[in-house]
Amino acid sequence: MRLTMPVPGYRGISGWFALAALACLPVADLHVTTLHPLADLMRLLGGLVRPDFPAVEGWSVVYTVAFAVLGVSVGAGTGLALAIPFARSRTVRLACAALRSVHELFWALLLMQVFGLSATTGVLAIALPYAGICAKVYSEIIEEADLSALRVLPPGTGAVSAFAFARLPDLAGRFADYTLYRLECGMRSSLVLGFIGLPTMGFTLESAFRQGRYAEAGALLLVFYALIGTRRLWVRGWSVPLLVVGAAIALPPSVGHADVGPSLVRFFTHDIVPAPLRAGDGTPASLWAWFRPILTEQILPGTAQTLILAQIALVVTALGALVLFPLTARRFAGPVGRPFGRVLLVVVRSTPEYMLAYLCLQLLGPSMLPAIIALSLHNAGIIGYLMGRHADAIPYRADAPTGLDLYAYETLPRLYGQFLAFLLYRWELILRESAIFGILGVTTLGFYVDAAISELRLDVAVVLIAATALVTVAVDAFSRTLRRTLRINDLPTRLSGPQAAACGEGG
Amino acid sequence: MIGIGRIARLACGLLAAGLSLAAPAQAQEKPALVFTGIPDQDESRLVERFGKVAQYLEGKLGVPVRYVPVKSYPAAVTAFTNGQVQLAWFGGFTGVQARKAVPGSQAIAQGAEDAAFRFYLIANAATGLTRSTELPKAIAGKTFTFGARASTSGRLMPEYTLRQNFPGQSPDQIFSRVGFSGDHSRTIQLVQSGAFEVGAVDYSVWDLDSKAGKIDPKAVSVIWESAPFPDYQWTVRGDVEKTYGAGFTDKLRAALVGITDPTILEPFGRSKFIPVSNAAYEPLIEVGKATGLLD
Repeated sequence: MRLTMPVPGYRGISGWFALAALACLPVADLHVTTLHPLADLMRLLGGLVRPDFPAVEGWSVVYTVAFAVLGVSVGAGTGLALAIPFARSRTVRLACAALRSVHELFWALLLMQVFGLSATTGVLAIALPYAGICAKVYSEIIEEADLSALRVLPPGTGAVSAFAFARLPDLAGRFADYTLYRLECGMRSSLVLGFIGLPTMGFTLESAFRQGRYAEAGALLLVFYALIGTRRLWVRGWSVPLLVVGAAIALPPSVGHADVGPSLVRFFTHDIVPAPLRAGDGTPASLWAWFRPILTEQILPGTAQTLILAQIALVVTALGALVLFPLTARRFAGPVGRPFGRVLLVVVRSTPEYMLAYLCLQLLGPSMLPAIIALSLHNAGIIGYLMGRHADAIPYRADAPTGLDLYAYETLPRLYGQFLAFLLYRWELILRESAIFGILGVTTLGFYVDAAISELRLDVAVVLIAATALVTVAVDAFSRTLRRTLRINDLPTRLSGPQAAACGEGG
Repeated sequence: MIGIGRIARLACGLLAAGLSLAAPAQAQEKPALVFTGIPDQDESRLVERFGKVAQYLEGKLGVPVRYVPVKSYPAAVTAFTNGQVQLAWFGGFTGVQARKAVPGSQAIAQGAEDAAFRFYLIANAATGLTRSTELPKAIAGKTFTFGARASTSGRLMPEYTLRQNFPGQSPDQIFSRVGFSGDHSRTIQLVQSGAFEVGAVDYSVWDLDSKAGKIDPKAVSVIWESAPFPDYQWTVRGDVEKTYGAGFTDKLRAALVGITDPTILEPFGRSKFIPVSNAAYEPLIEVGKATGLLD
């Protein structure tokens, strides 16, 4: 059996993953609770076909770009500074893992406590996790890079000079590619921040969806796709400083100012201090009495649901990607079908998962099903797109078969390691999103975070967010181990590069 | 070299961005009085009512008044707690939460209807449930939606009432599925569409949506009306006196109570506003503790 597998273990891993997802199905809540999902879907699609562009508020578009540009700039700048000590310092690596394992929305919910609904909250909510992600990826880029220029430096050259003159010139292009990709993610994050109250396009989009103003929602979505689709036109070397300064000027004026100083003090010395400690009772017994119900009634069931959702979504993503990638590959879709396939996958990938999940929940009601659909669509779009590019890069024999034979006996076997690498890489990201979908009503970890915040129990919220971060880090570590075992850890998994060979981290 | 240039320019941009972020908010001559309200129903109605209130208060108080929309109940409480807003239209429970978090803050005015507010249990016609004076026990086993998690008439009081009527059972145990719709208009839509069979809804929003023709009486109807409890109120931070001068709280209360314009009151679903104090909401503190929503 193993003769057909290029590296032993692909089949085993795939089987185990599929089996785990199957085992999850009976315990997953997959009900459709709405009665007319199709009618609502038709109305939504009608809105996309007949968009109401005059209803789009121009400033919300500007703010969406401004938060994204500044958030990514600050995040990437900090990430670059952290990337230099990243490989050497365990502390830096841990700090970055902590930063990126907390979702932008969780960051925003915490930052709002101190900075209110303000530009600072919006920019920092993007900048903090992105600093952690950028530090990791920049450091990987640095490690992969050519060292020949470094070897000819005179002895005694300082670390900063060495980096600036011997390494940056070689690395800058790839940094720029990755940062541009991060900006695309930043735009999605910025939009989604509107769903919790920041004045980006998500704010009006949420209202429009909620109240069924689908023509307005359609217009907003089309504007957003246009922004993402044209990013290579407006983000150029020369336009970056303009964008950053422009974004800083265009930030929304905050209506009312939070008392940052006192709020910060209250947040750290009161709000997030575990309730028994706050009451002056710091005995282990009382702390355990406080923590135990959080663990047994929230963390454990929430984690179980999060893992179940992520597992099913991962396997559906895999199946989706296998079906979708031929649409964007020359040999399968042909010169006519391929551009259509690409547009489809770019649209799917540009749609933020959170928004997609919100929408599916409106259509299907609060169960795991809409969350699975949203996660799988988005991620299958991304992986399908990348696989398509890899499929085009494969050198085929002149007498290669065509159609299903080519797919099953040549393309897929040759791409399978790459395919697993993409999937395992996205596992952590799917998990992070699964947790956050709780805010929308699926009973994953975010569900309990939302409850804790509604009850103003920030101490509990912080414990739950930390637990979510730990689960994310654990899955990331497990995924890395698997990739090493399968010897696919050196395959490209990022999607930032213009070529498949130089691909970044999703998000 | 191009790369270095690009990075250098990025760095300049970052510096500029950092400076602009760090620049402290310029203090104005008269800082605007900023207020918010819990997003308990359709946003268009909220924008209408609070826009009018802002305009009215500005004229009465002689200070700029601004409304900040928020997306959730806790976001309204947070904005009040961290000082972004000085005044808020809270529900009974969010008001209790906010005043607990900000010592010195006061409930100053409530709607005349809020002293004896009610919630309705509503049911989809397919359930066959009809209106009764006793809480219908037949709702057990159905699917059920609350409003927002921190809603008084959509969560706190319904949960308390349910726990009393089904002793020893939590809502999760009484119903086959429990959801949180987020706001009252949405609760009505969800029960009307059959997504949930039964729901708990604010009676004033039911009446407003009913008048607006948004409710199909053949699809959804009221099956039970709750006992009265105190609900919505305007709550103001204690530090407004420092900012706007002594006596500002009374001035604000008088302005709110003095609203007679039906175009302001109607979108609230209130006949007028009346003075109120923190003490009026003490029963809710007990209810909050009993349901475990408050420490």
